[in-house]
Amino acid sequence: MKTFVYIDHFKGEVQPASWEALGLAKSFGTAVVLVFGTGTDEITKAAFEYGADEVIVVDDSALTDYRAEPYASTLSALASSSTPDLILFPATARTRELAAMSAVDLNTGVLTDVAKFEMNSDPSTALRMVATRPIYEGKVLEKTVCSGKPVMATIPGRAFPKPERVAGKTGTLTKAAAKTDALTTVQGYSASESAVNLGDAGVIVSGGRGVSNNPSLTPPAGMDEKQAEIWRAQQGFALITDLAVLLGGAVGASRAAVDGGYVTYAHQVGQTGKVVAPDLYIACGISGAIQHLVGMRNSKVIVAINKDADAPVFKQARYGVVGDLFQIIPALTEAMKKKLGK
Amino acid sequence: MKIIACIKQVPDSEAKVKAEDGKVTWGDAPLVINPFDEYAVEGALQQKEALGGTVTALCIGPESARDALKHALAMGADDAVLVSDAALTELDTVGAARVLAAAINKIGGADMIVFGRQTLDNGAGLTPAQTARVLGWPMLGLAGQIKVDGGSVTVERVIEEGRQTVNAKLPAVLSVVQSIGEPRYPSFMGIRKASKATIPVWSLTDVNTAASAPIISRVELMNPPMQEKEVEMITGESPAEIADKLADKILAEKVL
Repeated sequence: MKTFVYIDHFKGEVQPASWEALGLAKSFGTAVVLVFGTGTDEITKAAFEYGADEVIVVDDSALTDYRAEPYASTLSALASSSTPDLILFPATARTRELAAMSAVDLNTGVLTDVAKFEMNSDPSTALRMVATRPIYEGKVLEKTVCSGKPVMATIPGRAFPKPERVAGKTGTLTKAAAKTDALTTVQGYSASESAVNLGDAGVIVSGGRGVSNNPSLTPPAGMDEKQAEIWRAQQGFALITDLAVLLGGAVGASRAAVDGGYVTYAHQVGQTGKVVAPDLYIACGISGAIQHLVGMRNSKVIVAINKDADAPVFKQARYGVVGDLFQIIPALTEAMKKKLGK
Repeated sequence: MKIIACIKQVPDSEAKVKAEDGKVTWGDAPLVINPFDEYAVEGALQQKEALGGTVTALCIGPESARDALKHALAMGADDAVLVSDAALTELDTVGAARVLAAAINKIGGADMIVFGRQTLDNGAGLTPAQTARVLGWPMLGLAGQIKVDGGSVTVERVIEEGRQTVNAKLPAVLSVVQSIGEPRYPSFMGIRKASKATIPVWSLTDVNTAASAPIISRVELMNPPMQEKEVEMITGESPAEIADKLADKILAEKVL
């Protein structure tokens, strides 16, 4: 079986799930990696070292900035001439568009956010590849098949193991031509103040509504009730951020915290946000709505800190603390600092 | 400006959705306009207010989906169209994109099509880009801000790495994210107008297309295993003592 693996990168920075897709492709057979853009030598080298049998490089100034149309047309042309059985993508904002468009060109379909693949005895038939994916915000799982060829699928971060990198490994390098049918122009870019990448984070420290619930704080004069609530929550999220930074992790949030305006949508776990699977998940002041639990329950170790001993979040946790997060979090940060020698 | 907001009807996000006898059920929870699509309607109305023109809400779904369209009308959309056909029960996203494109053509085209980023039910988020591809129009996805200037539109895309400014000629397909602004509540006048509105229902024949066999199909539904774990409660005399014990437990897990 031949699989195309699309490497998603932004200004040369590869989305780690790209390599996880490569590992998955190798487990199915031949892996052909696609690298689009300019100045991508390092990515090509990494692709071979992560196990690519072949790397197809499309180096063209028309592809310097990601734009959906020429990227999709280039991908569709390569898939038409090289006829892979499967095209794998890391699930990102870009690949969602790119795969969507290319599927229209190739008259096939995209299986999104696939958590598991099962192969039947005859892998030559597309229908035999059964993908498990979440629907209804993860409240239900469905097994789906794609009758088109190639089958296209996106995989979320940390759903599949990252392959080992073997320095110096090489393979077949092929250059291909770009399609240049761009319909959009990129005029500018500003990096976010704090890049949030929950999907790839090994540690996530999350806050919920409880983070705004510190009556001992006095907000600055002149704030109305809502502003004061947000201000209080921000002081709480500062404590959460300290712990997350110390542990090299990311800051997450429940829907209540996002809807309350405490942090931006990018931090949201579960519900309409993201499904995450870090090694360590620390839930602070999150009672545990079903959507949130669905979004984080695949984490390896879950720690819950909540005032309410009956909070549902404790039913998914390995370790629980019934207490005031405003006291426990800073104390935990201090204890960790000492023990980690930082 | 002629703007079309594409919406869908889904079970309320608080609904207890589960798999039962091979079907998805949600008890007696209400069906509502997909929450992300409220932002689409909001974004479309903002552009109408800035530039003049009309907003048409477009939906594929069963007869019950009229209620979602009425919500869009109550928010301020000028008119609404429902595409409903018995042949559309097994629609996948490519199929939906083809039907939407056909309906958009039947409406007489538009300057701008606005989608929400994804739906709560399928959640794939593929339909906006696929509709753009079928129409052959530029796709401006995940817009947090929209600015139309003459015959072109500039959006600020909210992506994983930050914000990107992207421009395209109209007509274009957009999907919007929450930063577009909180969706307005339907006004009293809006609700009254919506309750009186007649919403045309178009069949596939009406939009000059046929249902294509779905490429993606479901073979099984499951409820995610929600096993309760044995939680170990950490207690102590002081926050410092609790934190110290907890830190040891975490370190012993070797996950850092």
